[in-house]
Amino acid sequence: MHALAVKCDGLEKRYGDVVAVAGLSLHVHRGECFGLLGPNGAGKTTTIEILEGLLEADAGDVEVLGLKWKTHERELRERLGIHLQDTQLSEKLTVGEMLRLFRSFYPRGRPVDELLQIVELEVKRDSRVGTLSGGQKQRLSLACSLAGNPDLLFLDEPTTGLDPQSRRQLWDVLGRFRAGGGTILLTTHYMDEAQTLCDRVAIVDHGRLIALDTPQALITALAAPRMVVQQGTLEDVFMSLTGRHLRDE
Amino acid sequence: MSNVDRGGAHHPIVELTLTRIREFIREPEALFWTFVFPIVMTLVMAMAFPSRAARPVPVAVADGVAQGSDAAGSIREALAKAPGIVLREVPAGGEQRALREGEVHLIVVPTDPPTYQFDAARDESRTARLLVDAALKQAGRVDPWTAREEPVDVPGSRYIDWLIPGMIAMGIMSNGMWGVGFSIVQARMRKLLKRMIASPMQKREFLLAQLMARLLFLAPEVAVPLVFGALAFRMPINGSIGAIAVVSLVGALAFGAIGLLLGSRAKTFEAVSGLMNVAMLPMWLLSGVFFSSSNFPDAIQPMIQSLPLTALVDALRAVVLEGSSVNGVRGELVRLAIWTVAPFAVALRIFKWR
Repeated sequence: MHALAVKCDGLEKRYGDVVAVAGLSLHVHRGECFGLLGPNGAGKTTTIEILEGLLEADAGDVEVLGLKWKTHERELRERLGIHLQDTQLSEKLTVGEMLRLFRSFYPRGRPVDELLQIVELEVKRDSRVGTLSGGQKQRLSLACSLAGNPDLLFLDEPTTGLDPQSRRQLWDVLGRFRAGGGTILLTTHYMDEAQTLCDRVAIVDHGRLIALDTPQALITALAAPRMVVQQGTLEDVFMSLTGRHLRDE
Repeated sequence: MSNVDRGGAHHPIVELTLTRIREFIREPEALFWTFVFPIVMTLVMAMAFPSRAARPVPVAVADGVAQGSDAAGSIREALAKAPGIVLREVPAGGEQRALREGEVHLIVVPTDPPTYQFDAARDESRTARLLVDAALKQAGRVDPWTAREEPVDVPGSRYIDWLIPGMIAMGIMSNGMWGVGFSIVQARMRKLLKRMIASPMQKREFLLAQLMARLLFLAPEVAVPLVFGALAFRMPINGSIGAIAVVSLVGALAFGAIGLLLGSRAKTFEAVSGLMNVAMLPMWLLSGVFFSSSNFPDAIQPMIQSLPLTALVDALRAVVLEGSSVNGVRGELVRLAIWTVAPFAVALRIFKWR
């Protein structure tokens, strides 16, 4: 088996004059949880969507699970789980119906009942999607991504806008996915999320990689000033690398 | 495709079709427009075109003329006896107002010979003039013969009979285009389309399911106005149910495919609504739903004949009113089939999933 779940080199993408991704290279190992961190507009979503085969890069090589999108799209789609930012599932369907729809797209995977169990939505099986809370909707969306029992899960800001309990519940689901040997590549702008979930994080800004290591190593190396008083956090690292000024989207 | 395990789910086409049907039946507004609206529309038609059994024309005699009531009296007498005329009493001085407001269609002034006051631009007034004139000239005479009258009110040849199949065709058009186009734009706006193509879903299957879901609603959409027309207007249904079903089905597929095409790139409801209206307006006007398309100049006839609504209207009228078989409308069906395959193929190519 190929040792790398994701391998991309020299990735470039521009929209007109705006450079979204400027020569990014990432190697994600099998079984690890890899975090892509960066301020808004850093190119995280563009990068992950190129890796997901939803966008085409202007330059660079992408291999996912040792396969290329051009030649193995069908197989890749069946082996990946993808969670996009701001997808609104059909409000009029019930949780069970929504999940059955997504499950039908995969030739093999987990039964619908088991998926509901994994994301702890069994009791909501017959409720309309429109009646779910934000956290429940995210979990349902995650269940849809897990329908094909993927080897690799792409998550674009999976917990944005959720309350702390909902976030932890979602983290638990991700923890169970990893325990089963799954690989995760996620983007987030919550430092505590990256610190809790990720084995390694890449910090990107202006479409470039500016730091890559384990959260602990980054904290030790870069959050030194505050360590006199207390343990530094990944947030300190992030701020010192990407600057403290406010950014508009 | 062997050893496929869908974990309790059906084939994707079935699940996608069910999804669309569920979304639709759980949307009360959509149900209203599809099922209640045609009934309301037909009821309005019923009021506008009642099966009128020779409604008598109202006329009045102006009494206020100085010459005394002799002339006026004999005119009244003659008109009261005449068929198809009803005398209305109008207060002296109010004649012009009654005429203007349509209370009476003609005023007879008892001069010698009598004077008719009426609005020559109105059909009712011209009818009144003919009837009154005949009645007054005939008074006191015996004609050598009186023609026998045979009122023609044969179900199947009236305007309402002609109109109902046209209305059904128009319903198939608008429900097909709105139903498919709008739901696609909605799914695109919710980024659900993008989420779906991130999965192994087959694009072709998604688009096909949109058309399949349309077909399920078709039966009530066609049956409701058809049965209503048959019961309320004694509209004859001369063709077989099978032929009507085939024509409706092929028509629904064509307009579903056109809806798919119009919704294939639009990012907002406003954009798709604009496209729909631009596509439908010429067909409302030209395809002969409300008045015969043969009224238009020969130069544009080929264009009119190539419109999908023209084909559907013509085919439905042929099977419903003339009892034509499927074979008898195969020309129209072929045109509709082209209108299905071509838009579907183009939609599949240019469709924007994100």
